[in-house]
Amino acid sequence: MLDTKSTDQPYRKWVEFAIESLIRVIGFSSIGFVFLIFLFLMREGLTALLDVSWGNLLGTRWYPILDIYGVLPLLLGSILVTLIAILIALPLGVGTAVFVREVAPGWAREILKPMIEVMAGIPSVVLGFFGMTLLAPLFLKYLGLATGLTAFTGSVILAYMALPTIISVAEDALDAVPKSYRDASLAMGATQWQTIWRVVIPAARSGILTAIMLGLGRAIGETMLVMMVTGNAGRMPLTLDSLFRPIRTMTATIAAEMGEVAQGSSHYHVLFALGIILFLVTFIINLAAASAIFRKRRRGGLR
Amino acid sequence: MSGDKRTTKIEIQNLSYAYGGNLALRNVSLEIPANEITVFFGPAGGGKTTLLRLINRLNDLLDGTEMSGNIYMDGNDIYAPGTNISELRRQVGMVFALPLPLPGTVRENVEYGPRLAGLRQKNILEEIVYNSLMQAALWDEIKDRLDSPAHSLSGGQQQRLCIARSLALTPQVLLLDEPTSGLDPISTGKVEDSLYNLKEKYTIILVPHSIQQAARTADSAAFFLMGELVEYSLGKKIFTNARDKRSEEYITGRFG
Amino acid sequence: MSRRHWAQRAGFSLLAFSALMVVIPILIVIGSIVMRGMSAMSWEFLTQMPRDGMKAGGIFPAIVGTILLMIGTAVVAIPVGVGSAIYLSEYARDNFFTRSIRLAIVNLAGIPSVVYGLFGLGLFVIFLQFGTSILSGSLTLAIMTLPIIISAAEEALRSVPTEFRTVSASLGGTKWQGIRKIVLPQALPGIITGVILGLLRAAGETAPILFTVAAFFLPKLPESVFDQTMALPYHLYVISTQVPGMPLEIQYGTALVLLVLVLTLNLGASILRSYFRRRRQW
Repeated sequence: MLDTKSTDQPYRKWVEFAIESLIRVIGFSSIGFVFLIFLFLMREGLTALLDVSWGNLLGTRWYPILDIYGVLPLLLGSILVTLIAILIALPLGVGTAVFVREVAPGWAREILKPMIEVMAGIPSVVLGFFGMTLLAPLFLKYLGLATGLTAFTGSVILAYMALPTIISVAEDALDAVPKSYRDASLAMGATQWQTIWRVVIPAARSGILTAIMLGLGRAIGETMLVMMVTGNAGRMPLTLDSLFRPIRTMTATIAAEMGEVAQGSSHYHVLFALGIILFLVTFIINLAAASAIFRKRRRGGLR
Repeated sequence: MSGDKRTTKIEIQNLSYAYGGNLALRNVSLEIPANEITVFFGPAGGGKTTLLRLINRLNDLLDGTEMSGNIYMDGNDIYAPGTNISELRRQVGMVFALPLPLPGTVRENVEYGPRLAGLRQKNILEEIVYNSLMQAALWDEIKDRLDSPAHSLSGGQQQRLCIARSLALTPQVLLLDEPTSGLDPISTGKVEDSLYNLKEKYTIILVPHSIQQAARTADSAAFFLMGELVEYSLGKKIFTNARDKRSEEYITGRFG
Repeated sequence: MSRRHWAQRAGFSLLAFSALMVVIPILIVIGSIVMRGMSAMSWEFLTQMPRDGMKAGGIFPAIVGTILLMIGTAVVAIPVGVGSAIYLSEYARDNFFTRSIRLAIVNLAGIPSVVYGLFGLGLFVIFLQFGTSILSGSLTLAIMTLPIIISAAEEALRSVPTEFRTVSASLGGTKWQGIRKIVLPQALPGIITGVILGLLRAAGETAPILFTVAAFFLPKLPESVFDQTMALPYHLYVISTQVPGMPLEIQYGTALVLLVLVLTLNLGASILRSYFRRRRQW
């Protein structure tokens, strides 16, 4: 018999217990962080409701210098830029995912996959810089606008920021469609295109919905590139041509103004309140996306 | 081995076991003699593997299980509270149906158990590697390849390496769950030969992969059917003269 | 050719076109920044302090600052991220609490970077009085990168076959021994890949460091974790929007350095992943 009892007993039991406890604590830390983030946003942001009247907050003008804090133009600005970005990104993203998964020859896949990974890695400030220096002058010249820094410019670049997320989630969704569906369709004489259009994409729709949600979340929270290319004019985007005019989003407002406000001022608290809105909006979007993810997970029978 | 000189190594009393709501073992009682090969055989799903895994408490890793009854080794209840499970598993080695070498070299595989137990001295480890591979009838074949990856060995060699890995802990009991199911006849013969030599030092419980293997290797045999111990006999007489009709039908190949 | 085949042709062309529309702009972005940025590249640009209100000289402090922030992020995010992944993959059961943790991670991944900035400002800079400092910035970036590291590490841990854990237990190993000796080493390449991807995100983000660490113009190196520092992404933002009359060359040069840093890490992660996938023994 190996003589191990001497080294084994209480010491190892204790180590095992200590490590397991530590890992458990760390494992729960994510919940703690979400809670902390929410707590500190509330701590600094809720005061805004005491300092500033509801009427003021829900107004249509944002002039912090005059203590006018209407968040509507910023909220609508974020929504406009985000929606247009997703409208651009969705067909491109799903089309690319379908191309990569279902149609592309091997060599094209070998090129596309790493390209999309590279795309995911490009910092938003670099894209913003590119948009400002090259794209905006181009739009200015060829679209006959007063300025190149518009909501549309922002949406276009934002679309490319959201694309990697949309593509990879859509790819996973296509992956999850059983091969037997495709075989059955092809066996009944459908062309490959009909199979993709009538069978594969419909079967993957919940995953594609998840892709849209995550793309939305990514786009509405994007800060730097939006700040750099949308012109940052806080006006209500109510007319049709608003898309081709400067606009201002919530994220850009926080980023641009937080550096200059006095800590504890109403302006400071209102900026945190904008943070609360962003937190809640992305929280709900991700909750919706996650419920789709979890549904897939359970069906897939993961441990 | 026969006669009255048997000593009981493991005693199983009124053992029932369920997981996920399915009863896997029903009220099984049985005494396993020391230094013999005891064979658990019967059709798939009979509870053989489950019983094997209960003897070294490997099923502790599963969730949603229920157990009643007792298992004693040398008279001690192995499920008693305060039992050192690691120590128990060192005394009760296990070899699985598929050869499962751990990532790493041959030597690292054999040394794995002793090192976990806290053994560090080079010369002792060296000796353990030699002894274990010797006993598993593997030393001569791979003595020059101790530092090559374990997965580069052939299937039969890998399975004997797994036996050696268990022997490195000098267990008292060795549990083997269809250890030759993936092997060719020659490798199977080698594994069986090593078992005959091992029973002088160890108590062996084997789930064979065929009735022929059961008949070849058994000193005593237990026939399991759907979680029930149908018949248990000391010696090989179950294979020629089964008392129970179901065992006889299974052995003569009428079902299963 | 039948109508059906024409439809298929047209459809496939449309798909290929969308893929091109995705890839070509990316090539243009990278290409134009590389081409215009190359002319700024020199040893001086990479190793000297900025001069003349950043209109001349180099971007050395911004490079150092970004590297320091990455190190700080790694120190915090690796133990917490890998620990969480071990918990989820090895210890957690499928119950309400585990689902809550997963939900929390999904949400952490979705919180906008500027909100992380606000949070860092509120907690680290003001409440814990770390000030605008490398410490505050690193902690903020670390929490932001956690979800990336956790998901990658958990996937890597789960891909290690269960049998190894069973074998280790059958040889008398405790749960932690099995994890430390077998599971973690086998999952290591995947974990490292995830860590790199997380740090790459930290290196490129601007919004979280805006109010927690970044200095507008600070032509010296930080001396402690309580100092401010310049950082590449913020520097690029500053010189391209806040400083009138900034030479374009320096702007493109800075963008190029940031791009090269991030893409090199990205490439490193992919190479590592494919190398170990081929070498794997199971």
